[in-house]
Amino acid sequence: MTASTPAAARTRRQHHTDELRFLTCGSVDDGKSTLIGRLLYESKLLPSDHLAALEADSRRAGTRGGELDFALLVDGLAAEREQGITIDVAYRFFATERRRFVVADTPGHEQYTRNMVTGASNAEAAVVLLDARTGVLTQTRRHARLLALLGIRHVALAVNKLDLVGYSRSVFEKISGQFREFAAGIGLDDVTCIPTSAVHGDNVTARSDATPWYGGPTLLGWLESVEPAAASGGPARFLVQWVNRPEPGFRGYSGQVVRGRLRRGDRVRVAPGNIEATVGRIVTMDGDLDEATRGMATTVMLDDDVDVSRGDVLAAAGDPVDTATAFQAHLVWLDEREMLPGRQYLAKLGASTVGLTVETPKYRVDVDSGNHLPARTLRRDEIAVANVHLDTEVAYEPYRTASELGSFIVLDRLGNATAGAGMIDFALRRSATVRWQSVTVDKNARSARNGHRPCVVWFTGLSGAGKSTIADLVEKALHAQGRHTFLLDGDNVRHGLNKDLGFTDADRVENIRRIGEVAALMVDAGLIVLASFISPFRQERALARGLVEPGEFCEVHVDAPLEHVERRDPKGLYARARRGELANFTGIDSPYEPPERPEIRLDTTALTAEQAAEEVLARLRETGVLRGS
Amino acid sequence: MRRAHLDRLEAESIDIFREAAAESERPVLLYSIGKDSSVLLHLARKAFYPSLPPFPLLHVDTTWKFREMIVFRDATARNMGMELIVHRNPECVAAGINPFDHGSATHTDLWKTQGLRQAMEEHRFDLAFGGARRDEEASRAKERVFSFRNAGHRWDARHQRPELWRLYNARTGPGESIRVFPLSNWTELDVWYYIERERIPIVPLYFAAERPVVERDGVLIMVDDDRMPLDAGEEPQLRTVRFRTLGCYPLTGAVCSDATTVPEIIAEMRATTTSERHGRVIDHDRAGSMERKKQEGYF
Ligand SMILES: Nc1nc2c(ncn2[C@@H]2O[C@H](COP(=O)(O)OP(=O)(O)O)[C@@H](O)[C@H]2O)c(=O)[nH]1
Repeated sequence: MTASTPAAARTRRQHHTDELRFLTCGSVDDGKSTLIGRLLYESKLLPSDHLAALEADSRRAGTRGGELDFALLVDGLAAEREQGITIDVAYRFFATERRRFVVADTPGHEQYTRNMVTGASNAEAAVVLLDARTGVLTQTRRHARLLALLGIRHVALAVNKLDLVGYSRSVFEKISGQFREFAAGIGLDDVTCIPTSAVHGDNVTARSDATPWYGGPTLLGWLESVEPAAASGGPARFLVQWVNRPEPGFRGYSGQVVRGRLRRGDRVRVAPGNIEATVGRIVTMDGDLDEATRGMATTVMLDDDVDVSRGDVLAAAGDPVDTATAFQAHLVWLDEREMLPGRQYLAKLGASTVGLTVETPKYRVDVDSGNHLPARTLRRDEIAVANVHLDTEVAYEPYRTASELGSFIVLDRLGNATAGAGMIDFALRRSATVRWQSVTVDKNARSARNGHRPCVVWFTGLSGAGKSTIADLVEKALHAQGRHTFLLDGDNVRHGLNKDLGFTDADRVENIRRIGEVAALMVDAGLIVLASFISPFRQERALARGLVEPGEFCEVHVDAPLEHVERRDPKGLYARARRGELANFTGIDSPYEPPERPEIRLDTTALTAEQAAEEVLARLRETGVLRGS
Repeated sequence: MRRAHLDRLEAESIDIFREAAAESERPVLLYSIGKDSSVLLHLARKAFYPSLPPFPLLHVDTTWKFREMIVFRDATARNMGMELIVHRNPECVAAGINPFDHGSATHTDLWKTQGLRQAMEEHRFDLAFGGARRDEEASRAKERVFSFRNAGHRWDARHQRPELWRLYNARTGPGESIRVFPLSNWTELDVWYYIERERIPIVPLYFAAERPVVERDGVLIMVDDDRMPLDAGEEPQLRTVRFRTLGCYPLTGAVCSDATTVPEIIAEMRATTTSERHGRVIDHDRAGSMERKKQEGYF
């Protein structure tokens, strides 16, 4: 840390950069709560009733034998007080004459990746704590790697509990040297190391007499002097959040400048798309502006009559923003339910929410060692590099260039959980260049000749419920009528197309994805496709449905209770699964999610196979798939 | 001095308003008439200007608010041209629930917690803006900006949605809802600086004036109407007081003060050392009471 020049200090004052959001990370018991508590306490904003409570609590529960235990200031929730641990990300506030601070406090134990990434995503600087007695540990490296991943530029290392090593200069210097070297290797180049004792207050807000050999800033001094991210560099990017139409004559776009600056009269290009327009007015409730800089929330009116909607980006015409539908990204998984390649998720990026699927990860990153490991799925707290595909083109920037347009969250379609977080590395140009071949002989032409409409009849249900028997009867009947059909089932798929897949959740998803794609191609070929698969997950059946046009998918739930099929057990599979010889068997140790609204439900405990097949055929006649019969 | 951090807080709050309104079907702003609500409303107007905010105001009334609050509320809604929905829990009206006979905990739970649930369900609101700040109370420090509530309106501190960057998740299933707190990162002092800078109208009770008060358990309670039962020999005194927070008058402590302008209030705050919720009687009921109320769906 170099002492800041008077000129730099002056600029700062002119720029009024008087807020800093930072993150603290450390392992349990390194003294993080004590340190934050002390910053709150010393910033003298602590109300007297809080202080009285602190004194009382310190006597009752404190670990400091009657002295003030600052950690108690920071531990908020009853649940965590009882367990003596911090459970999530907490935000705290304090201020000095020069700056106001928001501290994101994240725990050092379980779910550390999830919590730390969350806290770091909105931080401009970070304080990493370690215990001087133990030095740089695996956890310290883990914290530093996550900071580098999230692009945190400014890092302070607090070498804490220095009192317990006799305020030793050589201990401090050894640890600082180790950390600096490691940090430089992972791209953290602005690192300041500070010798502290959180309980005694050394070098926290005031310079300590116990470390006369230390010439750097105190922790608070460092926090007051860190420069947050550069203000308004780069080309203009304005993110449209809301179309503002109070009356017919006014059409504005409310949103935020996320990069650069936007001026009245600027030519902008609307992305995605190719249209250009001129910024006519920049409207706020306090009056029109000539320009809006990064971070400002305004409403922009364009001179030209163009169509802009939520999620679009207005970008400097001379330096427009790229658009794409596929990316390589770093993904951090946050949800208990593991990430399954091929599964349909949603992504929120900028102000757009679009469909997303993830390919099998290229590799997983071990945050403790930095090693690349193979991975097929992704569990909570794991980080991977993978290609992702969106169902809609979006405007983006690489995360390193502009995090506002390079970050996304992954949403689970069923429970709406925030399941993952992503950072765009670069776009895969492939998606832009592979265009659909437009063909002259299309589905309609084939359908006209065939005398029936193509469709997928998807039979789902437990093993032994009767799917194949019924599908076979339906196909025979159709064939006899001269219809063009094809039956897809486990036998003809598992032995060829999908012979590389097993029965894990991830493989089941991929299995159904491939079958869905094949079925969709066959629909294009004009066939009536009968697909007979257990297909236990709602989401994958929805995926298969989504691959063909509305009305071309008929979901048939071949329904029989587990006790019933287990009693039938025509292939002896249930018995084997019960004996533990078959893993991941649907109904036994792998779930079956019944359809909520199938087109047809066949109760095979009440119907014969012939009756069931006739119900399916009747439905195909009613919906006009079969003509002239 | 230009306070640049207020610009940043303002822009962040506006961003939150726009995201929430764009991503929900039936949003509502919980308007509780206090200074935080005044700031909230001001920011909502800025977010959508020149349009009016695309949602109504909802006041969950208890019939025990200061009279000046109600006057201010009605005038504000009228001046802004916004729809105001006032909900009073009909069961409480029928049973005459009040803090004197039923105790502050029951009073607050039935009127406010249950009342809010009723109103959310009756109008099928899927998203509600509120003025809570993370600096108010320890359990709020971990609250999200977009806080998910299950179909039973409960807050589960252990299973909150992680919140990254400015990418808020407003998605809900049937019966579920989201509480959105645009002032999450504001402190009490920021609120006052902003009121001063933007000249935002607030209820006059925040300013010192002579008011009739009685002292109970060391707390100064204003006798706002004749429903307040007085002990034998208890005589309201005229004292120069003001309020740091506003709620039900029998449950809100006044502070002795001469501050009659916003700058005077700020100067007083910078010198005082008592936190804001101190004057709220409900908080002292039990340790961790706020957290418990939140889990039960209190705002
Ligand atoms: N001697 C000494 N003890 C410390 C120091 N900092 C924290 N502690 C003690 O270490 C223990 C863990 O501190 P705490 O702040 O709760 O750690 P956290 O888990 O990182 O939040 C407590 O008993 C503290 O009093 C320090 O600098 N020196």
